[in-house]
Amino acid sequence: MSETAGQQHPIGIYLKIWALLFVLSLFSYLVDFFHVQGYLRWSLILIFMFLKAGFIVAIFMHVAWERLSLKYVLFVPLSAIVVLIALMAIEGDYTFLTREIFFDP
Amino acid sequence: MHWQPCADFESNTMTIQTDKNSSYAEPGIGGMVADWSADKQNFDLPWGKLMMWIFLLSDTFIFSIFLTGYMNVRLSQTDNWPNASEVFALEIAGVHLPLILIAIMTFVLITSSGTMAMAVNYAYSRDKRKTVILMALTALLGASFVGMQVFEWSKLISEGVRPWGNPFGAAQFGSTFFMITGFHGLHVSAGVIYLAVIARRVGRGYYEDKGYAIVEITGLYWHFVDLVWVFIFAFFYLW
Repeated sequence: MSETAGQQHPIGIYLKIWALLFVLSLFSYLVDFFHVQGYLRWSLILIFMFLKAGFIVAIFMHVAWERLSLKYVLFVPLSAIVVLIALMAIEGDYTFLTREIFFDP
Repeated sequence: MHWQPCADFESNTMTIQTDKNSSYAEPGIGGMVADWSADKQNFDLPWGKLMMWIFLLSDTFIFSIFLTGYMNVRLSQTDNWPNASEVFALEIAGVHLPLILIAIMTFVLITSSGTMAMAVNYAYSRDKRKTVILMALTALLGASFVGMQVFEWSKLISEGVRPWGNPFGAAQFGSTFFMITGFHGLHVSAGVIYLAVIARRVGRGYYEDKGYAIVEITGLYWHFVDLVWVFIFAFFYLW
């Protein structure tokens, strides 16, 4: 197998992403530490989560440098998961509303 | 009674397949083999790397289904959901720190991802010594993550948390906690073994002729384990 197919990038970029992930993790920890509540809490958690996940996938897993054909293989199937989450959120709320506890005399 | 293609069908297919060199010109089993082995490469990657990506995609579905199941039971239960911040709090030197062990585990796993990324770089530079050291360091950090998880599990079990109930609130807390973190811990443990095996082979010069794509493939698995933790940390511990 030729080495040209491999992904080799400067160490510097890994160290920068590493530091960035540290800072983002610290921020998400601080959200809990300072008891941020409500919509602000959930949106901050999600923003930091997606930023961290994005940097890991793009830089550490090298997806940013991969060809579009591979990106499609990886990301198009995830739309099925989005549908599942939406359906199960509706289902969870519905099940909650049908709990017997709400119908006790 | 045998099925026989009629004369019309036969002549029809003959007119369509004008290119005799195509694998489609060959009928039956031979044709199938020719089709599947034909020169039709879609992905310019080492096969092992593509297979690892396909595996990780399937693993993404498994973890997504676990987390979606957790969301579903958490939405539909009527008890109080235990406050993860307090359940996972520790007293360190007399100071009460919420969620501290989980934060340390997160930092350890991110650090192991960083050392793994550097190992991939040195492997392609054919610097065997640095590759082995960095992979061993990654495995060591992974093993310490599993160690902290063992501590976390023992603490919760001693406090009476079980898959069917716990003293803090909703029973579903225990079942989802042990299932999700257990499955993730299993992945980390398998990754530590995988890293150790590949690092040993790198050290012995096993990949000198084959090339070092294997280190990148191992790295993909390891970063994925870190990636899953990002979602577990957000949805299970912080939500």
